Amino acid sequence: MSYFKVDAITLRFGGLVAVDAVSFEIEKGEIFTIIGPNGAGKTSIFNLISRLYNPTSGRLYFEGRDITELAPHEIARLGIARTFQNIELFDNASMLANLLVGRHCHTKTKLWQEMLFLPSVRAAEKAHRHMVEEIIEFLDLQPYRDKIIAGLPYGVRKVVELARALCSEPKLILLDEPSSGLNVEETTDMSFWIRDIRTELGITVLMVEHDMSLVNRVSDRVLALNYGKVLTLGTPAEVQNHPDVIAAYLGA
Amino acid sequence: MRFTFKTDYDQDIRIVKHGGYVWSYGVLLALLALAPFVLSSYLQSQMVFVFIYAIVGVALMILTGFTGQASIGHAAFLAIGAYTAGYMQSKGIPFVVYFPLAAVLTGGIGVIVGFPALRLHGIYLVIATIAFGLIVEEVLARWESVTHGNEGMRVKALDILGWVMPRDGAAFYVLTLLTLVGVLVVALNLLRSPTGRAFIAIRDSETAAKSMGIDLAGYKVKSFAISAAITGLAGALFAHKMSFISPEMFTLLLSIEFIMVIIIGGAFGLHGAVMGAVFMVMIDPVLTELKDGLPGAAGRFFGMAGMKGAIYGLIIMMFILFEPLGLYGRWLKIKLFFQLFPLYKKATFKRQKTYVKSERNR
Amino acid sequence: MLDFIQQFVSGTALGCVYGLIALGFVLIYKATEVVNFAQGELMMVGGFFVFTFIGLLGLNYWIGFALAVLGMAAFGMVTERLIIRPILGYPQFSIVMATIGLGYFLRSLAGMIWGTDDLKIDTPFSDGVLKIGDLVLAHDKLSVIVATLILCVVLYFFFLKTRMGTAMRATSENMLAAYYMGIPVKTVVSLIWAISAAVACCAGVLLAPITFIHSNVGLALGLKAFPAAVLGGFGSIPGALVGGVIIGVLETMAGFYLAQGWKDVVPYLVLLAVLLLKPAGLFGLQLRKKV
Repeated sequence: MSYFKVDAITLRFGGLVAVDAVSFEIEKGEIFTIIGPNGAGKTSIFNLISRLYNPTSGRLYFEGRDITELAPHEIARLGIARTFQNIELFDNASMLANLLVGRHCHTKTKLWQEMLFLPSVRAAEKAHRHMVEEIIEFLDLQPYRDKIIAGLPYGVRKVVELARALCSEPKLILLDEPSSGLNVEETTDMSFWIRDIRTELGITVLMVEHDMSLVNRVSDRVLALNYGKVLTLGTPAEVQNHPDVIAAYLGA
Repeated sequence: MRFTFKTDYDQDIRIVKHGGYVWSYGVLLALLALAPFVLSSYLQSQMVFVFIYAIVGVALMILTGFTGQASIGHAAFLAIGAYTAGYMQSKGIPFVVYFPLAAVLTGGIGVIVGFPALRLHGIYLVIATIAFGLIVEEVLARWESVTHGNEGMRVKALDILGWVMPRDGAAFYVLTLLTLVGVLVVALNLLRSPTGRAFIAIRDSETAAKSMGIDLAGYKVKSFAISAAITGLAGALFAHKMSFISPEMFTLLLSIEFIMVIIIGGAFGLHGAVMGAVFMVMIDPVLTELKDGLPGAAGRFFGMAGMKGAIYGLIIMMFILFEPLGLYGRWLKIKLFFQLFPLYKKATFKRQKTYVKSERNR
Repeated sequence: MLDFIQQFVSGTALGCVYGLIALGFVLIYKATEVVNFAQGELMMVGGFFVFTFIGLLGLNYWIGFALAVLGMAAFGMVTERLIIRPILGYPQFSIVMATIGLGYFLRSLAGMIWGTDDLKIDTPFSDGVLKIGDLVLAHDKLSVIVATLILCVVLYFFFLKTRMGTAMRATSENMLAAYYMGIPVKTVVSLIWAISAAVACCAGVLLAPITFIHSNVGLALGLKAFPAAVLGGFGSIPGALVGGVIIGVLETMAGFYLAQGWKDVVPYLVLLAVLLLKPAGLFGLQLRKKV
């Protein structure tokens, strides 16, 4: 059984087929990229995996377990974290609070204990903070700890969102267009981080990306989609030279 | 301007951020505790109402300010707490039992309200809570075997294991103050632990909260339950303070007053709940003062029937138009002005305006 | 059976008034995502305008009616300009609270200006009945229903056939896009408030023969119009009217056939039930945020 498996997943909105019987498998420790023109169904696949959408048919498996019927919040607990295309942070909270929310799926304290802030809660809070500090170190976010998200520049927010996902200590991370809106330097940083996430933290990466140079630099395998259907699957070079992919992008 | 050097995670966790606050809040608390020996009985009585309103303010702050679930039905929770206290006292149950029970029962009702609220957003939720409040009002008027209907219900003086606390006495004042402090501490504890962060996460982005492993349904219901339970406590105290309760005390207008507490105070921090409560309760004596104090036409103007309503309306509009961060926001601005003097610039607190951000798509 | 029909007609008449107020909610909500909690108060002020023109100044009913509607339209525009426009784009709840404040203010102000007594206006429909066999229908009730139908047809053609109506629909769909396409969004929003206030005024005038005018009448009826608007889905103009009629009929029937007390609760019970089963109302669209 493969590490993560998407089995003939289909998503329909009324008459529109957003994702049409897409299947693929991801190996542990891989960086797997989905590319495709706008409206190809890339983000829909992410939303299906994080259970924001219910598939019309098909199944999802993670570590051999069927996750198709789980609630969205249970997905995080299994070790799947994600970022969003247009950044979904908690805008009116500090960066630290945002990252600590990332630790939520590891919370074990009870409500009544928290109301009294018992020593056990304090100890747990310190442990969470320790983990968060490691991620802050990893992504160089030290200057922003107490800053409110709404006031941070776009590039920083993008990194904070990545940091929040990492704080949940995921096994699989879904990155939805990690480089969109970033300048060249920030994109280069991002590509280093994505590789470090795999090699240093041992996290499997599934991402959607438009920037082909970033895709080429980091991906092990690439899946090309168009109109919700799989065009081809292979190494970055293979996919880029595939006639169907060229046709989809150039409209030939 | 004060800079705190942080050398320990505990510094971010503890309630008081630095030593100065221990002193200032300590002095404030001491002054409040001494107040009954200084203030006139009328002002002391108003202070008790300030505390009760502040308790409800904290409850609403948790639900509306932090979790982002608006409610214009909190008068109903207050009523449930008040009637629980009144009814149980009349059945001979002691205060130490019915006081917590009022919180538990009201919290339970909060859960029942919270579940349908899960599917509702924004304006639908506001309207549903209004409907809930109106239905409770009607039930109170009709369920005569328990509530005595529109005739209302007498509530005897508070009695803790034989120690009788008359509603105008210093002991009752201190009890209310202690309840407020207790509620504030619990709220602060929640805010610095995972539950509080989950509330804020739900307020700011439900989608992201879900994906970070927050069980939306569970936490929304928790927020409703906590908020209702705290309001229930306030209700029990309210019943004893009024010594008489009837359905027409717990109308929609009272719910709106509670919302005004947090809007005027500033819906982003617990300070706001307390400041808003002071403001709302003290309008009454100030208005009376204006009516009696000003000569001739000016005095008659403030004495006109409906003046209070008009002033309430104006105040809400003015605060939202000109001081959207509320009194606490103004306080922070003034503080910053002196700390940065002469470098303060107005733009520090300027909010970016969006071009009608759609809340239709969730 | 005769009772039933009679109750049904008065329920429908009452429902039409609810529907008109709800219509005002919906117009403003669709355009600006603001729920105007002062809509009932706008109706109440409209009623007082009519009372001033007809009752105090002794003008002809139709002239008074027209003047009041025009006056309220202007009033709606001024309100929008002064209170709503500066805070458009704030969180929805803040704006809702501002309109609640406006409602408070108008209610008290009306009480101060016109007093707190119940006022009555004589209209051509005040007495007189229509007899069909044994069935007796009062003119005032029928006039409400007929006027509502006429108003709906007028609004329908305005929105569908005129340039300004199209601009308004575009603004409701997507304000930013409408702005980019050169639609004067601010004027459009102003006009929507004017129309909404004018519709509320019509409701007030039509209501006048049925109940008294009082500074609290807006609050009472406005609160009943919420269930109507929600039932109709809060974004749908025909929905608002249908919702209003449903609420009006249910309320009247409950008052007639059920024990005392049910009358005031039934609309809200229905509202909660509908929200539970269909959170977006009977005619509403459930839209999704894109992530």
